[in-house]
Amino acid sequence: MMQIPCPFCGPRNESEFSFGGPVKPPRPDPSAVSDEDWTAWLTQVPNPLGPVQEQWWHVRGCGTWLTIWRDTRTHDIVEAPDGGR
Amino acid sequence: MQRYSAFSLLRHGINRHTTWAPAWRSPPLKDRYDVIVIGAGGHGLATAYYLAKEHGLTNVAVLERGWLGGGNIARNTITIRSNYMRDASIPFYVKSVALYEAMTRELNFNMMHSKRSMIDVIQNYPMMRDRRRRQHIMDIYGSTYEQISEAEVRRRIPALTGGGPDARLPVVGGYVHTDAAINRHDAVAWGYARAIDAMGGEIHQQTPVTQLLRGADGRIEGVETPRGVIRAPKVAVAVSGHTTTLTETVGLKLPLRTMNLTAFVSEPVKPLVDVIVNCPDAGFYLSQSDKGSLVIGGAPDPGQSFRRDIKQTVFEDTVSAMLSLFPSFKKLKFLRQWGGHLDIAHDASPIQDETDVPGLFITAGWWGGYKAIPAGGLTLAHLVATGRPHPLMEPFGINRFRHLDYVMETGTTTAR
Repeated sequence: MMQIPCPFCGPRNESEFSFGGPVKPPRPDPSAVSDEDWTAWLTQVPNPLGPVQEQWWHVRGCGTWLTIWRDTRTHDIVEAPDGGR
Repeated sequence: MQRYSAFSLLRHGINRHTTWAPAWRSPPLKDRYDVIVIGAGGHGLATAYYLAKEHGLTNVAVLERGWLGGGNIARNTITIRSNYMRDASIPFYVKSVALYEAMTRELNFNMMHSKRSMIDVIQNYPMMRDRRRRQHIMDIYGSTYEQISEAEVRRRIPALTGGGPDARLPVVGGYVHTDAAINRHDAVAWGYARAIDAMGGEIHQQTPVTQLLRGADGRIEGVETPRGVIRAPKVAVAVSGHTTTLTETVGLKLPLRTMNLTAFVSEPVKPLVDVIVNCPDAGFYLSQSDKGSLVIGGAPDPGQSFRRDIKQTVFEDTVSAMLSLFPSFKKLKFLRQWGGHLDIAHDASPIQDETDVPGLFITAGWWGGYKAIPAGGLTLAHLVATGRPHPLMEPFGINRFRHLDYVMETGTTTAR
């Protein structure tokens, strides 16, 4: 089972967490960017064979939200919330 | 093409089965074709089949990185159905179900098609309302959905003994989709391959595409493979989860994420369940194969994934959900598991279109694409050959994201 490093509780089983989705850049002002950039922000996320940045919620633990970089090929966590690993 | 029949079986049997001709050739790879189809999975093969059959295009190469029938066409739960939600989706799947039903005769290959109905086991009233809403829309397009009582659900699925009045989610009723079927996935791949070959198309296994090639005018020019550059004025990408991996080689970004969807099978047991059982509230579905194994699927992995295996958390969640309704399955032994990675579009509907790179076509976002194979091939072949979308696929162009005209589909994932 994937172990996710919680900054408060240490490495915990994935079953304690709820997936919070990929990290997106901040919402742009739709009237200040081009239509192309606006629809890209709404509909596209990076889909690499490699690390993705995503949020997880330690809902069956301490309740904190955290951000990790996870490799989509292996599920290895390549960067933990504290920048370690 | 050597026809298959009871007579041919007898004739070759007398010769101890040493006289069968190969079902398809392995011709030498040329450096130029009229159309290249990337991916000899269900959608790629169906596309090449309809290019030849409907449009007379036979100078076509289907390139496959692995072996024929080894991709997602072997990594699914062989469910064929048309109980979708949207006006845009239902006619397409009704067509696909009809093409599947005719496939054994059309390809002269036994698909072992078993039209056995799917029963949705409903455990709360909002889901009942969702199904009734679907039924009203499906009625328009000739798909079938019919409400049945809890007692009728239990009569048709005797093994369903959980979900009683004291359960957290008691069974409140069901919906029957009589068009639903299962068939044999290998036969779909082999039947198409044999028919394509007979009409003059070529299938090249062990030929991964590493890069798409664009000409100076921006048009697609061909593909690069370890076996050399292959040129064609039209290239169709039918690679499931790896669509963006390929399109990014020509700088094209798409609203697709790759997810892993898994399934597992039990040891073979005597006939026990003769319909496809879908439990959207509990979060799993199952059917019994001809060999007797229960084929069981649940939710996709959380997050993007290119791993084709099952996660322990997903497996445990699916099993505990299943045991809440089928407690006697506790004794079943688990035989094997698999995962398939597939891409899901932002609105969970497929994308089939010519891209911003002229001559480059994609068919992607087939979340549960097995049921869509014949119609998906029919429509893509139409688009590639004529340059215009097939009427059934018109709502699923890529421009819908530019106009924020989404086709939000909730009928895609069986389980949830």
